Amino acid sequence: MAKQILLNNIDVPGLASFEVYRKLGGYAAVEKTLKNYTPDQVTEEVKKSGLKGRGGAGFPAGMKWSFLDKSTNNPRYFVCNFDESEPGTFKDRHIGQLNPHQLIEGMILGSYALGTRNSYIYIRGELFYVLRILEKAIDEAYRNGFLGENILGSGYSLDLFCHPGGGAYICGEETALIESLEGKRGNPRIKPPFPAIVGLYGCPTVVNNVETISNLPWIMNNGADAYSAIGIGNSKGTKLISACGHINKPGIYEIELGLPVEEFIYSEEYCGGIRNGNQLKAVVAGGSSVPILPAELILKTAKGEPRLMSYESLAEGGFETGTMLGSGGFIVMDETTCMVKNLLTFVRFYHHESCGQCSPCREGTGWMEKILQRIENGQGSMKDIDLLADIAKHIEGNTICPLGDAAAWPVASAIRHFRAEFEDHVKIQRCPLSK
Amino acid sequence: MQNNNNITEFNTETLVLVNRIISRYPQGRQKSAILPVLHIAQAEHKGWLSAEMMDYVASLLGIQSIEVYEVASFYSMFNLQPVGNCVIEVCQTGPCWLNGSEEILAHFEKRLGIKPGETTADGQFSLKTVECLAACGNAPVIQVGTEYHEKMTTQKADELLEKWQAENKCSHTNPYL
Repeated sequence: MAKQILLNNIDVPGLASFEVYRKLGGYAAVEKTLKNYTPDQVTEEVKKSGLKGRGGAGFPAGMKWSFLDKSTNNPRYFVCNFDESEPGTFKDRHIGQLNPHQLIEGMILGSYALGTRNSYIYIRGELFYVLRILEKAIDEAYRNGFLGENILGSGYSLDLFCHPGGGAYICGEETALIESLEGKRGNPRIKPPFPAIVGLYGCPTVVNNVETISNLPWIMNNGADAYSAIGIGNSKGTKLISACGHINKPGIYEIELGLPVEEFIYSEEYCGGIRNGNQLKAVVAGGSSVPILPAELILKTAKGEPRLMSYESLAEGGFETGTMLGSGGFIVMDETTCMVKNLLTFVRFYHHESCGQCSPCREGTGWMEKILQRIENGQGSMKDIDLLADIAKHIEGNTICPLGDAAAWPVASAIRHFRAEFEDHVKIQRCPLSK
Repeated sequence: MQNNNNITEFNTETLVLVNRIISRYPQGRQKSAILPVLHIAQAEHKGWLSAEMMDYVASLLGIQSIEVYEVASFYSMFNLQPVGNCVIEVCQTGPCWLNGSEEILAHFEKRLGIKPGETTADGQFSLKTVECLAACGNAPVIQVGTEYHEKMTTQKADELLEKWQAENKCSHTNPYL
């Protein structure tokens, strides 16, 4: 069994209650940290651990914290990004539903390090049933003295609240999330200034993903060195991988970074192989936004080395032959899957979720959806395939936020690796895989 | 239970909840409460937001009506037109599609005799397609109110429809309760 940090106790009945979580050693990190560490020492510890942001971008968490502007007397804010919406990603829900106190403990540690008085958990509105679990857990933490005034007599006070979204993928982008938390449309802001300088209510703010924050109790309990001893290269620690699609055992797995992709897909401990004994065709390794790879390139790099589940190995070969670890949303497709139709569902998603601020994304995603629909229906032309690639190229890098790139990469990669299948649709004037 | 009165004002109990939510944000930042309050307003107003309801929310938060309209029209969970008593939302994004969401949607369409965006003549059911609900491991997934129903099959859809019909299911309940 691989090293477990986040899912260690996940099967313990009643884990969502304060009592059970506490019995298993919960909130020890808060006790230890508030007594023995200054806020800056906590930041240093997180920096040293090598923990990266687990929402998708993979930016070093401690470094993000160190950018927080502490030079003014303005309030500061710590916000948890629980707007989990990237297709293929369903790991944060798992934590929120089954182990809410681990997230709350992480929120207390992060808030202490950053010196915030009020912190928020922004959770997507569809997950109201998880919000209710979180609010119950927050109440318990208050009643037991881990939230509120003068926590454990340390002099540090913190209030923690949940905030529901309204149904908008874009609010997973941190500046859109901040706008939304301020009660506005989720339109991303132009950066700079970064939220660490001008964030929520114009104040210095750090936004971190649920999984990132849930690692903090373990890091403070066991130390940065113990954390960075797990993993491989610059991919420290463990990662939650939410695996779905055509596999025998879809679900949420905590892996030590560096696990071979082949083992992840085929071993009984993880995905258990492809359903119905079918052949693996393609994988989207890190949520719908990252480039799709055909079987041969997800199992081995272009150089013929085994591909590993790590930030570096998945990116090996750049976008020509590689992809990204992203959010850990691992979507597996077998030989029966039409690459055009799969891409169409992704592009329809991005079209639906574009906030509409930037014309390349607003218009481009809709245009690409129409073309893909045409090709899938057997009414496309060879020129359409080039046009698709061209639109994707003109969206990428030309928008305020990364949603534009996220919409462009799946298109560019699907054409790069599966061009023949697009051409087949045009040649036979129908989907070769539809029944 | 169906909400029979088309209220555009909250009762005392709901106002206590709303004021508690408003107090979570700093002084002068009560606009932040707009999304949670709109969720409550929609649930208490038969699952949709009329202009009157949005005006009322604006008055509670001390902001202009236009500030509420522009937010309500941005987020996909808010309905700006009347909907049925029970709204069935079917996920259609990649991972659900890989696992047969089209079949599930077609089945609901056939059983209810409506297309996505429509409501049955008796006002009981509305059908809606939605994008990724973040439950892809148990695809295909549908949402009804604050409930998720996962690993959907056509048989499960039939069972649910029968149950909802029998209990006159209403998906518009205060999400905080």
